[in-house]
Amino acid sequence: MRYRVLVRLKPGVLDVQGKAVESGLRDKKFSAISDVRVGRVVELEVQGSEKEEARAQVDEVCRLLLANPVIEQYEIQELS
Amino acid sequence: MKVAVVTFPGTNCDQDVEHTYRGLLRREVVRVWHRDTDLQGADLVVLPGGFSYGDYLRTGALAKLSPVMDAVRSHAEGGGKVLGICNGFQILCEAGLLPGVLLENVGRRFLSRFVHIRVESTGSFFTREMTAGDIVTCPIAHFQGNYFAEPEVLDDLERRGQVVFRYCNSGGEVKPEDPSSNVNGSCRAIAGISNRAGNIVGLMPHPERAVEALTGGPGGSSGLQPFRGAA
Repeated sequence: MRYRVLVRLKPGVLDVQGKAVESGLRDKKFSAISDVRVGRVVELEVQGSEKEEARAQVDEVCRLLLANPVIEQYEIQELS
Repeated sequence: MKVAVVTFPGTNCDQDVEHTYRGLLRREVVRVWHRDTDLQGADLVVLPGGFSYGDYLRTGALAKLSPVMDAVRSHAEGGGKVLGICNGFQILCEAGLLPGVLLENVGRRFLSRFVHIRVESTGSFFTREMTAGDIVTCPIAHFQGNYFAEPEVLDDLERRGQVVFRYCNSGGEVKPEDPSSNVNGSCRAIAGISNRAGNIVGLMPHPERAVEALTGGPGGSSGLQPFRGAA
């Protein structure tokens, strides 16, 4: 099974990358664009497991490493 | 008193810490590689600053999975002393040994400069020989030093005396909204915290870079004092 994990900062947590992107765009006259939030995409393969077990593993990996629950939330998508 | 200094791939302040303890305070120091699982009977374990694993994913996130961290966790749970400086503080937060997390600096810049920090609590092993209100002047060198935790966690830290250091101005005043003293925008100007028992301490500034007048800048060797207490 192949999965895609989307990790994003929780609402309200300062996103300095998003702010930097926003101010760069503003300099290029994209003044209509605001509230930019930058996240992270991680794709991974889980081999030889039942679907439910595989997803549980991805969930565990998200909590252990891919996302920090203090500031981030994550979403798991099945790709195949 | 035996000190274990841990080196992860990308750690770069391990020799400064070793120099402080061995060279200046004459303590026994052992160097521990991140793949080691034996802390060699150390009383104090130091996770020094640097850029472990190139700061990939999040600062400190990959280092918390290193084999040595199981030993560090057991050591801490048994009441052993643990000190995390800069990246070491980030690792302790990621590992859940200290609450909160270090976000990118509010000003979106890597900060390399001297700061003043004020001792807030003397309940930790690192400040037990100091007096509340004492000021240490030492460098910071970080991009992710903006301490963040939920308000209820911050309240709890304050109530239990777990805020060890706060950023302040040269006169010792703490002004969380003032970017000239709270340079990275940390919640409530927090520069360092401890766990409830006071045996685990993490801080962003580098007192080990201000232990001698030659490199200590405006505060001379003011950074040496907490290490004395911890030894």
